[in-house]
Amino acid sequence: MSIVILLIPIAIILVSIAIWAFFWSVNSGQFDDLESPAHSILYDDDDELIPSDARRSDKPADHQRNG
Amino acid sequence: MCCPGCQAVAETIVAGGLDNFYRHRDTQNANNSLIRNNSSEQRKLELALFDDPSVQSSFVKTLDEQQREALLVIEGITCAACIWLLEHHLRKQPGVISASVNMTTHRARLCWDESQTHLSTLLGEVDHIGYQAHPYQPNREEQLLEQERKRAVRRLGVAGVGMAQVMMLAAAMYAGDMSGSMETYITQFMRWASLILATPVAIYSARPFYNAAWRDLKTGSLGMDVPVSLAILLAFGASIWATVTGTGEIYFDSVTMFTFFLLIGRYMEMAARHRTGRAGNALLNLLPTSAVRLDEDGETLVPANLLKPGDRVLVKAGHTLPADGIIVAGHSSIDESALTGEYLPQTKSDGDIVIGGTLNVEHPIEVEVTETGSDSRLSTIVRMLDQAQAEKPAVARTADTAARYFVAATLITAAVVACYWWLTAPEDALWITLSVLVVTCPCALSLATPTALTAATGTLRQEGLLISRGHVLESFATATHIVFDKTGTLTEGNLQIAEILPLGDLDTQRILSLAAALESHSEHPIAHAFTPHVAIRAREVEVSVSQGLSGKVEGRRYRIGKPGFVAALAGCEAPTPPVGNGLWLLFGDEQRLLGWFRLDDQVRPEAASTLAQLKQLGLTPLMLTGDNSPAAQKVAASLQIEGVSSGMSPEQKLAHLNQLAAGGAKVIMVGDGINDIPALAGAQTSVAMAGATDLAKTNADAVLLANDLRRLADAIRIARKTRAIIHENLGWALLYNALALPLAASGHIPPYMAAIGMSLSSLVVVGNALRLSRRPPSTDS
Repeated sequence: MSIVILLIPIAIILVSIAIWAFFWSVNSGQFDDLESPAHSILYDDDDELIPSDARRSDKPADHQRNG
Repeated sequence: MCCPGCQAVAETIVAGGLDNFYRHRDTQNANNSLIRNNSSEQRKLELALFDDPSVQSSFVKTLDEQQREALLVIEGITCAACIWLLEHHLRKQPGVISASVNMTTHRARLCWDESQTHLSTLLGEVDHIGYQAHPYQPNREEQLLEQERKRAVRRLGVAGVGMAQVMMLAAAMYAGDMSGSMETYITQFMRWASLILATPVAIYSARPFYNAAWRDLKTGSLGMDVPVSLAILLAFGASIWATVTGTGEIYFDSVTMFTFFLLIGRYMEMAARHRTGRAGNALLNLLPTSAVRLDEDGETLVPANLLKPGDRVLVKAGHTLPADGIIVAGHSSIDESALTGEYLPQTKSDGDIVIGGTLNVEHPIEVEVTETGSDSRLSTIVRMLDQAQAEKPAVARTADTAARYFVAATLITAAVVACYWWLTAPEDALWITLSVLVVTCPCALSLATPTALTAATGTLRQEGLLISRGHVLESFATATHIVFDKTGTLTEGNLQIAEILPLGDLDTQRILSLAAALESHSEHPIAHAFTPHVAIRAREVEVSVSQGLSGKVEGRRYRIGKPGFVAALAGCEAPTPPVGNGLWLLFGDEQRLLGWFRLDDQVRPEAASTLAQLKQLGLTPLMLTGDNSPAAQKVAASLQIEGVSSGMSPEQKLAHLNQLAAGGAKVIMVGDGINDIPALAGAQTSVAMAGATDLAKTNADAVLLANDLRRLADAIRIARKTRAIIHENLGWALLYNALALPLAASGHIPPYMAAIGMSLSSLVVVGNALRLSRRPPSTDS
């Protein structure tokens, strides 16, 4: 049980780091727009990021899916 | 493609490889007037003005030698796909370092390398894809809002993280208590850990409550913030005492949870308030950015804010007047509907006064500027609004009168109990007093109202009514009168073809398509009524000032417009228009007269049923309008509104509302235009239509997002239900307190039982409030 004596202070330190990070992200404007990021994840605009050997070759099916 | 402008936009998008936009967008209504405006020569010259360092100084930051950063407001954004398109298109431009667009505020931050590109080029690119960017100059008020928002998010974050950690420790301690296997030194250690974690929540996150409570105490009124602060501080203080001395119960979990839940409610209310309007660009859409000044050496394009009284400006057809002034040359018709509520353009000529922000419809005019900036008519209205807001009836504060007495009673009881036990058994006094305070903890009482309001606000938002101020539901439930503006609120706000009377042998469909062919060449508001019917093309179309149009369709010459003008072509006497409200247009060819068109502003289809429902709910509908034509009476008659006042100026509207309020009426004002703004700001409760100007939306307490009047009746029903639930909640909280208080005061409830009771009563209250999130059965389906 005495391990909690060590774990709880670590948790408190982690929490303070988390709060510091949170403050930093609020101040740098990351919470200004809470709407568009939710949509932008759905956009298929990452074609150039997909490795060439993993790309799909069945283009017609791809169109059908999006059409 | 509807026009070359749209085609150019589409080509730019496809050429840039951004055709995904067409898959992602969920609205199709591109802003045609914006696109047309963007392709004009005037806009290109205007853009060049933005490269001038003196113009840039107000909104561009110099980061280093070459890097510049500008804050812009983008007009024309409708959905998330617009954001995607704008960001991707801008980032592709050479010299752009970064570009980000905020969907909520429509603001963009653009960072570029001055040695590679210029601001005007980038703004031109925004124009190319069908949007328009304006410099963003935040005013002081808006900077304060921004700070307030960030502070609220930080407080909420701290409370959330703190609550999660304290709860985790609390669960361990409860489990330890129950099994009895936890060693005392570990329990004590966990208490200290909880103290450390709860301190920022109690000191930092809960500060808004303390500030509000202090303000309440100074003004001598006991609001809900007083017991909330008291509960937080006392529970926190008692827990510190328990931790330090190692005796008694700790309530850190209750403190953090209570703070977090109350902060969520406050945050959501604030977010809704900020969302309804963006004050920064409120005036932006009303006044143009640039004006054509006439000097001795010709025309110069100058930024509109540099105009001085005495300057002569040229206002072309289809442009907005940059300032108040007097016409010195030319004559035209001016669309003043935004400022006066008149729905037909007014004919103005030499010597007539024109107002900045209104639209010149037909012909170029020369205007001598008389008033600019803070002296202009537009600014006067804005100033009047500030005044009206300051004098707004203070309904919000009366909401918790019941709580006030309760708080006073609790404090007195606690004091009496403390005294009694101090005298009889001093060693028990502290814990019994604490039990009394915890049992009567105003948690349930103070959650009773906000949880019900939050749930109802959420439901109404789904229904299409966005509430931005807290008192709206309360005022909706008790309202006695509902006042409507006419143009744009009860009516659609634009001219439509109401009737076609054929005179010759041609059928109505044929006449309509011939007339639409002529009208498709005009920019006049009258012509917009014909836009949906354009099928064939006319040639050689000529516009005759204030008379009408003439042109050739399929080889024959036709005229449409004033009776005299059309009759002259047919070579006969001008007939008198038939009886009927609105604007009569005659249509004819070289041989005969073909038919009459009646144009009128149409009453919204749902208006009649909404008013009937409102009357059924016991409200008196009234109509205040700036329009003094007979149309006002006709609309009122068709909707069976008894109280009508027409030809009202914005000042008179406000005065009328104040008079009603003085007579004891509780008024809801529904409006949309600039002329309604003082009345919206001054009314006890105000609702703006979705199509209203930003300024009107900012000053309204609620916005009808769905643009559907029926939501008003729904809102009143939900508001009344909310009130009933709040009363139930308050009743429950008071009953619980009345039962528990004597037990606690006599020392029969240990503090931990009191804490459980408190949590249970809060849960009952929250659960009851959540019943409001269920949608009411629709009455209009």
